[in-house]
Parts: sequence; structure tokens; C-alpha cells
Amino acid sequence: MPTVHFTSQLERFLPAPSVDVGAGSETLGAALAAVFDGHPALRGYILDDQGALRRHVAVFVAGGQVKDREHLTDPVGPDDEIHVFQALSGG
Amino acid sequence: MTDTIHVATRKGLFELKRTDGGWDVADMHFLGDPISAVATIGGMTLAAPDLGHFGPKLWRRDEAGSWAEMAMPTFPEKPENAEDDPHPWTLGRIWNFTPGGAEGRIYAGTMPGGLFRSNDLGETWSLVEPLWRHPDRKKWFGVAGGEMPGISSVLVDPRDAGHITVGVSTGGVWSTRDGGETWAVINKGMVNEYMPPDQQGDPIPQDIHQLSLCPAHPDVVWCQHHSAIFRSTDGGENWVMLDAAQPTGFGFAVQAHPTDPETAWFVPAEKDERRVPKDGKLVVSRTRDGGRSFDVLSSGLPQKHAYDLVYRHALAVDETGERLAFGSTSGGVWISEDAGDSWSALDARLPPVAAVAFS
Repeated sequence: MPTVHFTSQLERFLPAPSVDVGAGSETLGAALAAVFDGHPALRGYILDDQGALRRHVAVFVAGGQVKDREHLTDPVGPDDEIHVFQALSGG
Repeated sequence: MTDTIHVATRKGLFELKRTDGGWDVADMHFLGDPISAVATIGGMTLAAPDLGHFGPKLWRRDEAGSWAEMAMPTFPEKPENAEDDPHPWTLGRIWNFTPGGAEGRIYAGTMPGGLFRSNDLGETWSLVEPLWRHPDRKKWFGVAGGEMPGISSVLVDPRDAGHITVGVSTGGVWSTRDGGETWAVINKGMVNEYMPPDQQGDPIPQDIHQLSLCPAHPDVVWCQHHSAIFRSTDGGENWVMLDAAQPTGFGFAVQAHPTDPETAWFVPAEKDERRVPKDGKLVVSRTRDGGRSFDVLSSGLPQKHAYDLVYRHALAVDETGERLAFGSTSGGVWISEDAGDSWSALDARLPPVAAVAFS
């Protein structure tokens, strides 16, 4: 089943463990929703008020950066690894 | 007298305490994270980490000293017919906290221009929707450093919980008399220098850097505007420009005296292109006669090659009007215990200061 991994930077603020999501998680949105079901506080760190990816959060599915940052429709394969990183920015 | 000051900076929250030897940094919180707003209300300290990657956050420290993350102020779902809305329906930054109106009630002024209300000392928040959904809100425009407008100031009338006034940078002064159900732009008499000539007196494109009311005389409101200093004696309906401001009328911060309606403090800077202290001399200006004249206060402040700018929430006065503190973009903090006549520098080089609050 797909697994979602989070940057360890998040651990400064709240628990952000890797989570195996159900095989039914066929899009990025569904996979993240499955994670947030068990870790609701994580949602606001990854998504904005309208449910889009935060501007400075980078997400990779099976090694490729996701394309649909607004509606999170990028497909997720049954054994894909999903990585949530912070984009390089700041000072 | 208040013996604790919180300083919100680009790299953390610093807690200053007064001891026999003077003021010193007693504690640090969120070291490394930008803090955009701080206030102590009802024994609770609220701090707003503005995380670059993970968005704005809200934490609260209880009276026992434990920090916990609170629910964020969140915008409702953006309607499909709002495609022409120039502003995002997502929280950009918490800019200030203001208590008032009821036990446990706090208002948060934010970017992109949402006013939020909490009735439980910051645990949960709701958007004051009528202001956000007012059609003229779309005429607000962005402030320096961002494309989003921001509610720079929230004033709650101590006589009437339903009377709330907000200053918008840039969007004028707005007021409600019914607790937030209906809103109107109210400022008359303000003029700016950055709009075409025939629009300089329009109420909405007025850049309200900060408002401050005199709690003992709530009809007296001061405004540090982008173009000048203004004063109102009728709760913000009508404004008079204070031409006597010295050494300049430009700046960001203003604080009204808690009891004397004739007294207020400002931290002036050379406008507009430079935004540094005039001639490299850091000063505070104070009027004690309602703005007819201004004292330029420099005792204890750097008077040579000082390029410290003081943001709008980075000047604070305590409940006595005797203690003041301010912090600068260069990380300096200065404290006065004689109403601004003389100042002592905090022995520290802090990160750039966003906000200062007595607690």
C-alpha cells in the first residue's frame, strides 16, 4: 500500500510519522486525507485553508514532483512512496 | 507597573524581565521561528509563529508556563463565484491580537484582511464574515512587503462591546456598531500622497499603518498613516492631520496614552523611499497637547548612524503611561520608565523585531 513520509523538520512542531495509507488512496488528496484522519493537526502544516498544498511545501509521488497542487489529483500507485518536504526557501 | 515584556522577532520570541539591575532577556521561545504577533491576555500569552514553509500558527502559554498549539483562524471555503476576488481565502499572517468586549474575547487582525474573533482566550476562532464578505473589501490593496492587505489595528470600545473599529493597510478605517454584522468605512479627512490627485481623499485607499485609542477617552483615536499623523475626537469618523509632527510625519507605530487624551507617542522615520531615521538619529516623538506640538525624545537613543526602523506593532506602552518599549528592524530594544523622556538600551542584539508587548 502507499506510504506517506514527512520531512523530519516537522517534528520540531508536532509528531509527523510515516503512515501506510489504504490501497484505496488512488490520488494524492486521498492519501493525505487518510493521514490526516489519524493526525488532524498535520493538515494545517501541509495544506492551506482551501485545501491546496502550501506554497513552500514540496510533494513527490514515486519520485516525481506533483503537478496539481490545488486539487491534489495526481495519481498514486498501490505501492508508491509519497514524500512531503519543505521547498528550499527562507533565510 | 508591568515587569514583563515580550518581543516577537524574525527568529523567535524573547521574554524580558525587569530586575534590580534593569531589564534583561529572561527566556526565549520558538528560537529560530518568525513570530508575527504576541499578546498576554487573561493570564495567557498568545504567540503567532509565522512558519515560512508550514504557514501561520497559533500557540498559547497557560499560566503554568506550558505552551500548546491552538486551532488556527481559518477562512471558509472560497465560493465559486469569487473568481474575481483579488485576495486569497487563506490565512497569510496573524498581525495582532486585541482583547475586549467580553471575558475571554480576543480579536485577531490578519493578512489578507480577515478579522477573527475568539471567545475562549484563543482556543477557537471564527471569521467576522460580514466584513470579509463586504463588496468593498475587494478594493483593499496590499501593504509593503506583500500583495495582501492587512488589518493593522483593532479597537474595541470599552463602553460598548458592539462598537469595533479596524484600520486596514491599505483599506481605510472601518467600523461596526452591532458587533460585526454591518460595517462601514468611516474615515473622513484623511488624504494620501500615493494615489492620483482626484482620489487622494477617498476613504478606502488610505493606508492605516496603525490606530491607537485612549482607553479612558475612547473617542480619541490616533492614526499613524502612510502619509501623515491624524487624530480623531469622534471615534474615527473625522480626522485632522497633525502638521506639527516632528521630525517627520512618516512612521509606522503609534501608542495613545492610557488615560491622557492629549498624549501619544510615535517613532518617526524619513519617508517614503528611504524609511530610516532622519539623519541616522533614532528618536521617539511625543505630543502632550493633542498634536499641536511634538517633543523629539532622544535621550539614551543612538544618534549616530542608526538605521533602525520600528514596525507598527513594535512600540508598546504599559497601563500607567510611564513605561514604554520599542524594538527595531536592526534588533535593538529600548525601554523608558519616564514616559519617553529617557531610554535604556537592552543589552542584546536581537533578530529584527516585529512586535513588542507588555504583559
